[in-house]
Amino acid sequence: MISRPYAAAKRTLGVTEKLLEVNWGLVLLIGIIATGGIAMLYSVAGGHFHPWALSQLSKFVVGLFILVVAATIDVRVWMSLAYPAYAVALLLLIAVDVAGHEGLGAQRWIALGPIELQPSELMKVSLVLALARFLHGKSVEEVSKPLNLGIALAMIGIPALFVVIEPNLGTTLIIVADGCALLFLAGLSWYWITPALAAVATAVPLAWRFVLHDYQKARVMTFLDPEADALGAGWNITQAKIAIGSGGVSGKGFLNGTQSRLNFLPEKQTDFIFTNFGEEFGFVGSVALLILFAVVIFYGIQIATGARSQFSRLLAMGITLNFFFYIMINGLMVMGLIPVVGIPMPLLSYGGTAMLTVMFGFGLLMSVHVHRQVEIPRHSGGII
Amino acid sequence: MPLFDKKDKSRYATFTRRSLGLGGGMALVFGVLAGRLYQLQIRDGDQYMTEAEDNRINERLLAPPRGRIFDRFGVELANNRRNYRVLLVAEQATEGVEQALDTIGKVIAISEAQKKRVLATLAQNKKFVPVPVAENLSWEEFSRINMHLPYLPGVQPDVGETRDYPFNDELVHILGYVAQVSPGDKKNDEDPLLDIPGYRIGKRGIERQYDDALRGKAGASRVEVNAYGRVIRELGHDAGEPGQDIWLTIDHDVQQFVSQRLGNESAACIVTDVATGDIIAMASTPGYDPNLFNVGISPDQWKDLTINDHKPLLDKVMSGVYPPGSTFKPVVALAAVEAGLATPDYRVSCNGATTLGNHTFHCWKKGGHGTLDLEGGLKNSCDVFFYETARRLGIDKIQEVALKLGMGAPTGIELPGEKSGFIPSRAWKQKRYGVAWQQGDTMSCGIGQGYVTATPLQLALEVSRIASGRNITPRLVHMVGNEPTRREAAAPLDLSEQGLARVREGMNQVTNVPGGTAYAFRIAEPGFEMAGKTGTAQVRAYSQEEHLRGVTKDSALEWKLRDHGLFIAFAPVAQPKYACACLVEHGAVGHPQVLMARDILLHTQKRDPLGMPAAYPVKAASLTGSPVR
Repeated sequence: MISRPYAAAKRTLGVTEKLLEVNWGLVLLIGIIATGGIAMLYSVAGGHFHPWALSQLSKFVVGLFILVVAATIDVRVWMSLAYPAYAVALLLLIAVDVAGHEGLGAQRWIALGPIELQPSELMKVSLVLALARFLHGKSVEEVSKPLNLGIALAMIGIPALFVVIEPNLGTTLIIVADGCALLFLAGLSWYWITPALAAVATAVPLAWRFVLHDYQKARVMTFLDPEADALGAGWNITQAKIAIGSGGVSGKGFLNGTQSRLNFLPEKQTDFIFTNFGEEFGFVGSVALLILFAVVIFYGIQIATGARSQFSRLLAMGITLNFFFYIMINGLMVMGLIPVVGIPMPLLSYGGTAMLTVMFGFGLLMSVHVHRQVEIPRHSGGII
Repeated sequence: MPLFDKKDKSRYATFTRRSLGLGGGMALVFGVLAGRLYQLQIRDGDQYMTEAEDNRINERLLAPPRGRIFDRFGVELANNRRNYRVLLVAEQATEGVEQALDTIGKVIAISEAQKKRVLATLAQNKKFVPVPVAENLSWEEFSRINMHLPYLPGVQPDVGETRDYPFNDELVHILGYVAQVSPGDKKNDEDPLLDIPGYRIGKRGIERQYDDALRGKAGASRVEVNAYGRVIRELGHDAGEPGQDIWLTIDHDVQQFVSQRLGNESAACIVTDVATGDIIAMASTPGYDPNLFNVGISPDQWKDLTINDHKPLLDKVMSGVYPPGSTFKPVVALAAVEAGLATPDYRVSCNGATTLGNHTFHCWKKGGHGTLDLEGGLKNSCDVFFYETARRLGIDKIQEVALKLGMGAPTGIELPGEKSGFIPSRAWKQKRYGVAWQQGDTMSCGIGQGYVTATPLQLALEVSRIASGRNITPRLVHMVGNEPTRREAAAPLDLSEQGLARVREGMNQVTNVPGGTAYAFRIAEPGFEMAGKTGTAQVRAYSQEEHLRGVTKDSALEWKLRDHGLFIAFAPVAQPKYACACLVEHGAVGHPQVLMARDILLHTQKRDPLGMPAAYPVKAASLTGSPVR
């Protein structure tokens, strides 16, 4: 009973076998969503492949390649690379604060030769890897020990700090939420969780007072009453709601959205791409998209709970949660339920780094799936 | 060491349990997102649909071209010229309207007053309505604006139309002018055109009287705009209806001559067609430039107009009311014939004065005129003759004839602001003063003083009716659009032809028989001779002492206190065609009004506009005739 999976894990799969093991249904699903995104980019460009759709398509193809390659790499290799990846991401994150250049009022980008990187995007994946690696070796009791908890919180807190000073509130939230969710999944005791939640509840007003930037406060205030300044800061929210709402039940039809084509939508090709989707495909199309996203997440949870090592499970669940947080924050934001924070809609929004990191994340998820039978000793550090 | 121990088992169980818990939470969030979509797209979908359409579509009112005004030969008296202007749209001025105005001010000159006016107009209008910042720009200024356009968000260069009066002040009292819409104008007028910032409506004269026809109907353009307000494409276009042209009975050539002949005197003159009442020329001087009101008159210019003692803003032709003086004597003469009093044998003897009770009525000629018949009374303008005749006639008969000649009531000319002169009656005096009518009142009226007043236009009507013997009314507008103004052929006056002939003969003697009061100013050229009647309207009553001193000779008096000079005439004497009434305020010295009328009548006859084919457009229907069955 114990020996069968162990034996299975011993057997090394060939590349062909691994490719057959890939959950191609999930890949197809991802492909459908990404194609929808590319169609939207074609639409907001007024029915042109330039400047966004074609570029996004090429990134998706590269991302698909990355996904498949990552899927065939043994999950234990990824385990060995977890800490180095985290270290590199953290260094880049520090570098971007020192030498990065500003895009849209925040320092988020770094140029590595011809490639422009958003280290905060890398950090989201790296943190999941590193935390999964760290928590893999800890039993439920050990996770709640102050020392281990302290180390884990530092692993979350240090990058979060560098991302928040960029400033990039949205990504910070995702990093912190991801990290905390992994601690929770690893079995963190409720004796920690309950007071922590209470502390967060009291910290919000303090953060409002002392931590948030003026532009962030302005966003919150604008969110609370967008019509008060409908042509100024409230413009984004007001116009986004008009775009989605005017789609009605069945939408205005592909290429017939007026809000984005006539530039009423800000950031129409990036963070607000979903509004164009809602405008052109209406309630029916939007809910269908949400269902596709939900199915992807369902697959993610299924892969996570089906894996036989704690690292794999945490990694798969971390990637899935990361994907979910993107959708949640972006969705709530463009529909005017939370203030505007700069978070793209995964697979839909235009942007190279986001597309590649999301696809790489799915690659890791798929690696977990392909190597779901692999068992890793609690004190193992990987295979390289 | 076992790889898969109890601890692992317990944490796998925890993981699975908590994963499913998180999965439930995620499902909840998806539920919230779907619920929100339901809210936005289904519950409030219609409202957002409308807002998206509002975003996308701007409706712009288009002002149709204003109708032109022509004279009888097709000379444009009022037309439209290109108006290069700069408009500002508040919602597109990304840096605020004040900043936008400052930036415009760096490209073209804008005064502080202009800025204030623009800000006020912007505040009154919706944010997407373009408001004019500067108008009537030179081509150079306009080019500069266009060149700097990328740095001027919200600014729209525009080529509009503006009213132009090519003859400036010459016809101002006929045409009037257009000016910006005032808040009061909007109260009684719901034409959407008035909401177009910078739109002008007729404020006086023909421009006001025929404003509805001249305006036309508002057009509209539905355009799709992007978030910056730039027009992407036009979705619909309704050109509206252009304003209708108006054709006047005026002959610009005569009008110009009249206007120049009156010069800088404070004067009024009307030339009419005696057969129809059509007005050939009509001027009140000094005038003013109507273009000033269109482009915006400065406070200084306005002040100049209001304090000028020659009253340029007043149309003396129809809004100036004067005692007609001796120009009323033909009315009394006619009444005398009608009443059977002035038979061919009727004579009055003048020895320089006549008395009523203990009051003495002087004749203007100290020694008197001796014995005069009716024609002689008119020829010499003998006061005693008319005092005496009026006294015998009584006011009732005089009133009756005066009304028949068009006095005492507005003439009905197609212009706003016409005043009515006054012809008194017994009943009126009783009611007004509670005193019975006195014979002395009748005698004063007999020489056109006392309660009798008239506008120069009424005097023109009086002389025209005497000359033609027809019950004509003055007319200024021949056609509106393609529709000739309706009018019936004038019926003969309810007066005897014999009386009219005798009055005409009396007036002939005034100018053409030696000793007539205007003999020195006659038209000597054969065939062009005129008949007329001079008149003097007292500005103030003279005391007995002044009479004796000879102050009535006037030249010793300050300008403002001098009598007004009046003259009515028609020509040619044999076959009256044109009539003229002329007034020069405080101009009784040297009879300038008689000289003017003489020159004007001579010029008019020589040009003979009535003998030339008019250029009124022929109504399309009358060209096609009736369809053949």
